[in-house]
Amino acid sequence: MNNKLIFKYAGAFLLFIIMAQFSCKPTAPGSVSTGDAATRVYVPPGQHDEFYNIVSGGFNGQMSVVGLPSGRVFKILPVFSVHPENGYGYSEESKPMLNTSHGFVPWDDLHHIAISTTNGVHDGRWAFGNANNTPRIARVDLSTFKTVEILEIPNSAGNHSSPFITENTEYVVASSRFSVPLGSEQDRDVPIDTYKENFKGTVSFVKVSDEGEMSIAFQLVTPGVNFDLARAGKGPSHGWFFFSCYNTEQAYSLLEVNASQRDKDFIMAVNWKKAEEYIAAGKGKMVKAKYAHNKEDKRTHTTTSTILEEVLQLDPKELKDIIYFIPCPKSPHGCDVDPTGRFIVGSGKLAALVPVFSFEKIMKAIDDGDFEGEYDGIPVVRYESALHGVVEKAGLGPLHTEFDNNGNAYTSFFVSSEVVKWNVNTLEVLDRVPTYYSVGHLMVPGGATAAPHGKYLVAYNKITKDRYLPTGPELCHSAQLYDISGDKMRLLLDFPTIGEPHYAEAIPASMIKDQSVKFYRIEDNEHPYAVKREMDAKVERNGNQVHVYMSSIRSHFAPDNIEGVRVGDEVYFHVTNLEQDWDVPHGFAIKGANTGELLIMPGETQTLKWKPEKVGIYPFYCTDFCSALHQEMQGYLRVSPANSNVPLKFTLDMILQ
Amino acid sequence: MKSTFSLIVLIWLGIGLWTTSCGPKKTSPDQSTDLTGPGQSAVADDESQKHVVQVAVGSPDHSTLVAAVQAAGLVDVLVNAGPFTVFAPTNDAFNALPAGTVDNLLKPENKGQLQDILEYHVFVGVISENMILDGRKLNQVNLKDVTLGNKDGVLMVNDANILGSVRASNGIVHVIDKVLLPQ
Repeated sequence: MNNKLIFKYAGAFLLFIIMAQFSCKPTAPGSVSTGDAATRVYVPPGQHDEFYNIVSGGFNGQMSVVGLPSGRVFKILPVFSVHPENGYGYSEESKPMLNTSHGFVPWDDLHHIAISTTNGVHDGRWAFGNANNTPRIARVDLSTFKTVEILEIPNSAGNHSSPFITENTEYVVASSRFSVPLGSEQDRDVPIDTYKENFKGTVSFVKVSDEGEMSIAFQLVTPGVNFDLARAGKGPSHGWFFFSCYNTEQAYSLLEVNASQRDKDFIMAVNWKKAEEYIAAGKGKMVKAKYAHNKEDKRTHTTTSTILEEVLQLDPKELKDIIYFIPCPKSPHGCDVDPTGRFIVGSGKLAALVPVFSFEKIMKAIDDGDFEGEYDGIPVVRYESALHGVVEKAGLGPLHTEFDNNGNAYTSFFVSSEVVKWNVNTLEVLDRVPTYYSVGHLMVPGGATAAPHGKYLVAYNKITKDRYLPTGPELCHSAQLYDISGDKMRLLLDFPTIGEPHYAEAIPASMIKDQSVKFYRIEDNEHPYAVKREMDAKVERNGNQVHVYMSSIRSHFAPDNIEGVRVGDEVYFHVTNLEQDWDVPHGFAIKGANTGELLIMPGETQTLKWKPEKVGIYPFYCTDFCSALHQEMQGYLRVSPANSNVPLKFTLDMILQ
Repeated sequence: MKSTFSLIVLIWLGIGLWTTSCGPKKTSPDQSTDLTGPGQSAVADDESQKHVVQVAVGSPDHSTLVAAVQAAGLVDVLVNAGPFTVFAPTNDAFNALPAGTVDNLLKPENKGQLQDILEYHVFVGVISENMILDGRKLNQVNLKDVTLGNKDGVLMVNDANILGSVRASNGIVHVIDKVLLPQ
């Protein structure tokens, strides 16, 4: 054989090897879907999913309502961001929901979901969400899947560690990722390099009434660290709340380096019952603050925004025994309490181990005064005394931990892109599976409660790359559903999400689907501009304001011809959907409107404000394909010059004249 | 030549392994499973306002009409968003037809004729009482016209009297005393 031949053979052999090698391997990393995985997530046409998964939308400011195990999206539920689809933030009724002390803020970054609980178990009443950027907490009613209340958090910046809730939804919390100077304008106008003296964190406890209404009960003023995540105690630890904090270095520039200097930061334990005692004893002080409280009135479907002026603050440096620091390795992120309420898992995102703290040991250390010192006047519990144990070599970059109903924990590892299952008692690693790619939060249905369902686990990932058909530089985020009913975790499904999913919760569909409202009863509609009978539709002028009391029903508006509107008028279309039928919304849009559209649910009244600036005939129409005659559902409005004498006139064929 | 042959064999082997070694993983969908379900009339909803079929079902005077709508396979159609104006002949109106007419129409082989007659009783759009103008023509679902009558408030469609009207979620039902027969 000459060299050339040898080369040919070697080449062919190499090709053979390569083909044989790859022939049985997945074509892409992670394509492992085999066996009965498809049937496990398959929900046949017309049948329902087992769980509602309420997923945060991150920088899209919304929540998504997703079915599990199918991964199907049912609704994009606007919370902190305007939503053209249904006019949220565009209608006069919903605009006040986005009011803040900074004025109308049409966007935010929603990171975490907390479904209300009673006795530590989901009760299906509300879902709370946090606004990270302009600090707020929102409450969504799970019978209408609608944002019904938003409370701004004063003296806060970066409301990340929120809206986690106590066992009976007594409180939702809001704590500051960014410490900032508080107080008067003069107090707040300070050099950034005076961070150590002037910057403070706050932790707000927001009371939730039986009807769901939120109010700030008190704020704790804390040392200037960054709060990251939180969980309430439950069972034996009910009455306590745990917050992870990083940047105990108190860096204010290049935190990437300067906030990673210490080998341990803290979990902050808050005895909120103690805080209640101090308040009952008249401690704490009311301070000036300015923040918006926005709430929808169920009878008018209209939100009112009220600016509140003061808030009660407690200083834990003076009022002892409210807060304690527990050392936790390397910039902890997740801070999760197991279903028994006995263990608190800290996840130092730069650590390779996962410390698990014992509530009993923390209590004993506090009782014994077993402290290793103070941090800015707050006692620091000795690390070893608080520790239940450590999950060694679990993975790289632990972030969040969820739990099943068998005493196991599941921790996400961002850096090593995996989920690791371990036993809370023995701290033994039991299993690990890859995620695609760089997982953030995890979610087990009920996994944050006292009674996890423990059937599925969903990983919400930060990096997508090649998982789906590419869509240019901007890709959706991915989620993976795992079966965790056996000893080994098993990947079942990969599905795209809306916005950036951070935390999510899931609740059995059976708990809420039957309470879902089908339509609003027209007789309960107390909107001041409601039209309850078509014959009552009318147009009224009040100075330069024109109020159109309009009704919509398949398949026309009343009135549908309007004249006598002038350039410079402010026209308010108050549209009532007279339908009393499931799933028959009507829309409303008019040419040139620089707001949006309305999408009006049956029995509801919504208002679009419009300022005509040019003379002409303006068509308006129903934007939601409501019926066979949807394309006929239209009207005309005549706009005359500002000084015109065209009389106000409104008609509907011969029915309304 | 020999070496070329060996080369081909090796590559062929490689390809063979590559294509077959994973085994038959994919199975074609089971064609025998029928995933179609019942239509919109099967939606469970006891809260919404009644639709035109529920209005007819709720009226003891319209059992013949309901049976005819069922036999014609029009239930799912009339439960649709519509909106519909349904002229609903009473049982007496059907009884006034020549003996055997209804029984004959209900026979499966006459389904087309029955549909034509029933569709002559339905207009797509809502014509409420106050929109019934004397002489106004409506082009019905079967593409034939009916003529509305309004003589001093006495409302008619063709030669049938409108005895009363009921609003439904997806339209309106006008009760009439004669069966309308397409000409």
